[in-house]
Amino acid sequence: MESNVTKGTTADVPSRTADAIVVGAGIIGCATAYYLAKKGTSVIVLDACDVIGNGGSTRNGGGVRQSGRDPRELPLAMYAVKNMWPHLSDELGADVEYCQGGNLRLGKTERHIKILEGLRDKAVAQGLDMRMITGDEVRQINPYLSDEVIGASWCPTDGHANPLKATYAYYMAARRLGVRFYTGMPVTELRKVHGRVRKVVCPEATFEADSVIVCAGYASRKILASVGIDVPMSNVLIEALVTEMEPQMFPQMLGTADADFYGHQTKHGSFVFGGDSGLEDVNKDNGHDANSSITAPAICRGILRYIPKLANAKIVRTWGGYEDVCIDGVPVLGPVDEVPGLVVGCAFTGHGFGISPIVGTLLAEVARGEKTTLDLSAFRYDRFHARA
Amino acid sequence: MKDINDRTRDLGPFEPKPGDDMVVCRCEEVTQGQIRQAVHDGLFTVAEVRRYLRCGMGLCQGQTCARLVKGIMARELGVSPDELEPASSRAPMRPIEMSVFAKEGGRDGE
Repeated sequence: MESNVTKGTTADVPSRTADAIVVGAGIIGCATAYYLAKKGTSVIVLDACDVIGNGGSTRNGGGVRQSGRDPRELPLAMYAVKNMWPHLSDELGADVEYCQGGNLRLGKTERHIKILEGLRDKAVAQGLDMRMITGDEVRQINPYLSDEVIGASWCPTDGHANPLKATYAYYMAARRLGVRFYTGMPVTELRKVHGRVRKVVCPEATFEADSVIVCAGYASRKILASVGIDVPMSNVLIEALVTEMEPQMFPQMLGTADADFYGHQTKHGSFVFGGDSGLEDVNKDNGHDANSSITAPAICRGILRYIPKLANAKIVRTWGGYEDVCIDGVPVLGPVDEVPGLVVGCAFTGHGFGISPIVGTLLAEVARGEKTTLDLSAFRYDRFHARA
Repeated sequence: MKDINDRTRDLGPFEPKPGDDMVVCRCEEVTQGQIRQAVHDGLFTVAEVRRYLRCGMGLCQGQTCARLVKGIMARELGVSPDELEPASSRAPMRPIEMSVFAKEGGRDGE
């Protein structure tokens, strides 16, 4: 026995059937599992990685943003901000550090202002409070921003939260409700039985359930291909950095019209910023799998032109992650007609975190065959067509 | 299946122990008790505990506490410390001012 313990491989998979199986233990999978279990559905969650939430869920910038969203996606973000984020910490029994500090999207040129006005017009048409403000008004809201900023869009109900805390809060809450999580369990294929999805095959074990929800980021593509479904997305590298703890300076989420950086100050005091070098698409692996030493300095240059006060803030860590970028920029969500029992939630394109509470709710509703809180028809898996 | 991958494992109820108040991560002031509690709450990998509690996320980036955290977790999980992967080390090696970092890889004079 002793030698088995030191190997750490004593356990067989103790349980292999459930009402629902969620593939992917990121924040979308954990939230879906949580809302399913809350309604009494028995759930197994499988993840290929040993670490829960090891993809975009714990690598993103933490934006809880409505402004700048595609009109198809905006209703989900508005619903989550109005009805879910304000009391998510209470719901999950852990502080997810939600801060509704507003979002400033900054412009430095007339071309930037035009871009921002376009975003504003689309958002206002759907009832979001988003307005254009002048450079002076920007600095009344955030006095640390440089004089180079000539204007911004301002959405006072946007904000940010801690994606690490939120992901693990959903995981731990789901686990308390009896959800069975197995990590290091890559799904190689799905199999139908009597026309419905039923079996979820891994190298170590085959699991069975009445419904299967696939939310495994870019890895979803290969898994869905095993039942003949394709989601047109790519795996895109994005990089981020964090500073040491600083005194609290401002609560807003910041972005720019040029998208050269985005970020915010966390409750802890550190600043988290994301961005790119502009060379990612043509790096040595043609946009794939290469983290680069040139990116973080480029993000720093972007930041310092907007927030010169941060010149002496020390960077303690940089990291990379992947976005499952959909060909048309919004996720694929909902049931699959050809494979009854199968539900998809992937291709979030780098903006899944802010909508994760409502997406988890909706995917749970779909899996249970309930009427969904919001209409999902704009997110169908079969909306993509080749040129006519 | 590795023990740490079966998240249905019941580690028994969390029971306070002497030494729970001891600060393990000095940069972020994380105690032994918090680490033990997190393991009981289902965080079975070093990366998860680090991301949730911030131990090893401060100025020294875990260069002081990483082995201690691993040892505490391994005892709580009943596995050898060798079974636990360390959290990823990330650039830069030492904290570096944004104004200095910003000079790397740009155009001359910027």
